[in-house]
Amino acid sequence: MAEIIQEEKGGGKKKAKKLLPHMDMTPMVDLMMLLITFFMLTTSLSKAKVMEITLPDKITDPNQEAPKISASRTLNIILGPDNKLYWYPGAVKPEDFNNLPPLMETDYGADGVRKLLLERNRTLAKKIDDFKNDVITGKIKIPQDSVASTIRQFGRIDDTGPIVLVKAYKNANYGNFVDILDEMNITGIARYTFMKIAWYEETMVETAAGITSTAQASAN
Amino acid sequence: MPKIKLPTKSPHIDMTPMVDTFAVILIFLLLTSQMRSPEPANVDTPFSISEKPTPDFNMMTFLLSPDGKVFMNFDNGPDTAFKFRPKILSEMGIRYGIEFTENQLREFEKFPSSIGVPILQMKEFLDSQDAEDRKTFQTGIPMDSTDNQLSFWILYARQVNPNIQACIKGDSKTTFETVEKVLDILQEKNVKRFNLITNLETATINLEEIQQ
Repeated sequence: MAEIIQEEKGGGKKKAKKLLPHMDMTPMVDLMMLLITFFMLTTSLSKAKVMEITLPDKITDPNQEAPKISASRTLNIILGPDNKLYWYPGAVKPEDFNNLPPLMETDYGADGVRKLLLERNRTLAKKIDDFKNDVITGKIKIPQDSVASTIRQFGRIDDTGPIVLVKAYKNANYGNFVDILDEMNITGIARYTFMKIAWYEETMVETAAGITSTAQASAN
Repeated sequence: MPKIKLPTKSPHIDMTPMVDTFAVILIFLLLTSQMRSPEPANVDTPFSISEKPTPDFNMMTFLLSPDGKVFMNFDNGPDTAFKFRPKILSEMGIRYGIEFTENQLREFEKFPSSIGVPILQMKEFLDSQDAEDRKTFQTGIPMDSTDNQLSFWILYARQVNPNIQACIKGDSKTTFETVEKVLDILQEKNVKRFNLITNLETATINLEEIQQ
């Protein structure tokens, strides 16, 4: 609290003393605190980020065929129910529905699908990683905004990495979908797309997850 | 030596530096943050490593709630000056034979968050003043094959603003069926590039481990 300190000088005549004007700041501090708390609670500091994806054209013409891709490079990843993740290499034809290959199970962690993808995408991932290191250490001088386009260029000329087809079983959730697309970006997969799940693949998931189709039908 | 006696007075702290600090923090917060508008559904976005910031304008956001409802939001940002929102709504009105008054269009423009109201209830929704009342109208945009209002919203949003970008904001727990429906409708309307709104996280890859 502001107070006037009175001093007696020499005991003689009293003199009006020159005092520094002194203001009490406490209420102001209170007010400021209140405002800061209010702004902290009602605003969001960090801006949300976005992840870009591009879907292929929808095939509307029944005579048009889906683009052919080589089965040896194909890797199918299926998002299963209950946060499970399945994969199989190559392609399955609807004709061999009696003899469907088993699905391999993996998980969303660093030792699961990330390792799986990195093993297959080793050359490209190594190239991108080396390039990024060179940029950081200054061996390659390149403007910051063309780094991403250079990496994309690596992907375009790469012909060893897998072609990943992501498919989702109906019980999967959106978090799984974002996670798997994120893994593609982390491991630098150049070619991936999202597709509708085929009926025989649904059967494969149901076998692997132990859901019987009849149970599924009665649940619906 | 006589003892020096300090005069007793009430302790007094100078608050000026504290006020200065607070003022700096306050100004910093005012400049860097933006108001969080309340959304009709609580959504926890999933995480990704993407560092691209959300666009500030020219976007339509699809909010997918965990219980499968879809809400839409248009041009939240400086481009509100172009009045895209009322234009989109009046186009929708013409399609469904509903005429919106000047007042209702203004209400629609001012509405701060995403909207998920079936078009037939839109008039009542815009007329009601009570926030709680309005909440009951937010039942999600119908998007089944018999009454696909979502696809018309997308159509008119793109007609009114050709530069509009699609952003999808979903909860991690939203079922994929909902997401797939929205993606399907977007694909039908020839929207092939989307932005998925996520939170930032970091991820590391261990290349040595897989060098074998």
